[in-house]
Amino acid sequence: MYRYLRRHKKFPNVWCPGCGIGIVMSAIIRAIDRLGWEKDDIAMISGIGCSGRMPVYMDFNTMHTTHGRALAFATGLKMVKPEMHVIAIMGDGDALAIGGNHFIHAARRNIGITSIVINNSVYGMTGGQYSPTTPTGSLATTAPYGNIDQPFPICELAIAAGATFVARGTVYHAVELDRLIEKALVHEGFSVVEAVSYCHTTFGRINKLGTAVDMLRWQKENSVTREAAAKMTPEQLQGKIVRGIFHEREFPEYTAAYAKIIEQAMAGQRRV
Amino acid sequence: MAARLMQGNEACVEGALAAGCRFFAGYPITPSSEIAELLSRRLPQVGGHFIQMEDEIASIAAVIGASVGGVKAMTATSGPGFSLMQENIGYAAMAEIPCVIVDVQRTGPSTGLPTKPSQGDVMQARWGTHGDHPIIVLSPSSVLEAFLLTVRAFNLSEKYRSPVILLMDEVVGHMRERVELPPRETLEITDRVAAHVPPEWYFPFEDPSTDVPPLAPFGEGYRYHITGLFHDRAGFPTERVDEIDPWIARVFGKINQHLSDVLSWEEDFPAGSRVLVVAYGATARAARHAVKLARAKRYKVGFLKLETIWPFPEEVTERLARQCKRVIVPEMNLGQLALEVERVVGRQKVRRVNRANGEMITPQQILAAIEEK
Repeated sequence: MYRYLRRHKKFPNVWCPGCGIGIVMSAIIRAIDRLGWEKDDIAMISGIGCSGRMPVYMDFNTMHTTHGRALAFATGLKMVKPEMHVIAIMGDGDALAIGGNHFIHAARRNIGITSIVINNSVYGMTGGQYSPTTPTGSLATTAPYGNIDQPFPICELAIAAGATFVARGTVYHAVELDRLIEKALVHEGFSVVEAVSYCHTTFGRINKLGTAVDMLRWQKENSVTREAAAKMTPEQLQGKIVRGIFHEREFPEYTAAYAKIIEQAMAGQRRV
Repeated sequence: MAARLMQGNEACVEGALAAGCRFFAGYPITPSSEIAELLSRRLPQVGGHFIQMEDEIASIAAVIGASVGGVKAMTATSGPGFSLMQENIGYAAMAEIPCVIVDVQRTGPSTGLPTKPSQGDVMQARWGTHGDHPIIVLSPSSVLEAFLLTVRAFNLSEKYRSPVILLMDEVVGHMRERVELPPRETLEITDRVAAHVPPEWYFPFEDPSTDVPPLAPFGEGYRYHITGLFHDRAGFPTERVDEIDPWIARVFGKINQHLSDVLSWEEDFPAGSRVLVVAYGATARAARHAVKLARAKRYKVGFLKLETIWPFPEEVTERLARQCKRVIVPEMNLGQLALEVERVVGRQKVRRVNRANGEMITPQQILAAIEEK
């Protein structure tokens, strides 16, 4: 684990004690370690907010970009360095609000980027405003009367947009999470892992959900595997987080498809 | 190369390829779309990449990402798209990532007049992002210049690790002229300085020997952090004033201390000139013609055509204007670069000639201003 951290430079970190983002970070590191990838071959690109700070702690090629644009930056890098493992780290705001358009189009292209969407249902760093994944009825600093929006279902959206690997895990089930991330990393096309986290500091406090431990316990008690969910009725599934791999299919990866265009064009076989 | 009939946008494409551009990300917008269309065909022929992104914000982001991968990269757009790109242009300035942004201006604001010329983005090119940072902006006035200044835009961008904006206008972008492009081997091409030190000695945001630190591409052993936050020499976020101030001094210094390299202009200033016409972009063509007409009528008129408009070429403007009674600044906006000329030579001397309705300024309009007493 320590081999992957910029330990002399950047710790302690910016996250609140008890934050789930650290668990996602360690899950990513365990997955990469098992794969035995070279640190030089990995680029980690993030957006803005609490999740956006993750790359700074890890000893890869790292880039902290503008809010919502991680996937667009990552797309340019992946195009010119298709041999690199490009990982986009996003929060729910990054991926689905300001960056929602980039998210669906990166999925549509099936470009070989692994997206880790850390879903804590709120804008944490800016002070607890409602996000595209805030449950209907929840309180937030900009929803003092309760949120009336529907939360975006991240995995369903990714599948509909064309992502070829889609999975969901929770930070309570940390070991399961790193297995999901490992599968996403080796997947050829655009892969998405929704890492369900929590924000006890802003979302938890305003909604009286208790401490970080209480919120972790809630995840434990209110999540089910995909296999278990298949045997449950819609009523039983109400309010539950379903974990597992939801979608896996083959489709030509974007940079590989473009490499063929280059090959044809350079050979003078372009279609006019 | 043999002489060809060529469009400004096409010349821009050839200039980019000659300069070594191997990545383009863009979103179609009139009057810049020919640049994307041509590059979608030409780039893969030379092993480069073209991608049509979902919007202009994504386009400039992808350009920066590709540049971080070590490839010369550019995008092209027009006013509305240029507005969308501003945040990430600021990111490129902050993170010192080379890239070229072509803005083929149309009349605005808003959707304005999509197929009509304008020079309305002069101030947006300088101040469109938030905060303080240096920027280099070049403005061609002919098809050949569209080629040459695109090459220069890449060279300056690589040399100074800075975004460079090529501010064309619809007239130059769509106009066709007979041009003879200089052979590749005669062009001076600049590449970014590569890192040669061992990775543990590499600081991507500091180099004591020059103002411009080497830039190592991702994936080649130099693992470092890039951020849009103020950062220390290693690239990690900082709020320390003693690290922020030197950064500001260095990034402004790297441009301001090399003005003789960054600035370019053409002056035609016969001794004894009493009036100076300062112009740039397509308007410089009408201005040159007006000067010719005026001289035929024995008016003593000098002409200054600016190619670099930001940083503003103060010295030459001041030197020539000092010898004149009046300075005339024609431009296809309501007086944007004129503000800079006024700052340098004083308001009372400057006569603005403006048009922002989608029509070109005519030589006669400028001549009338020269003839005024």
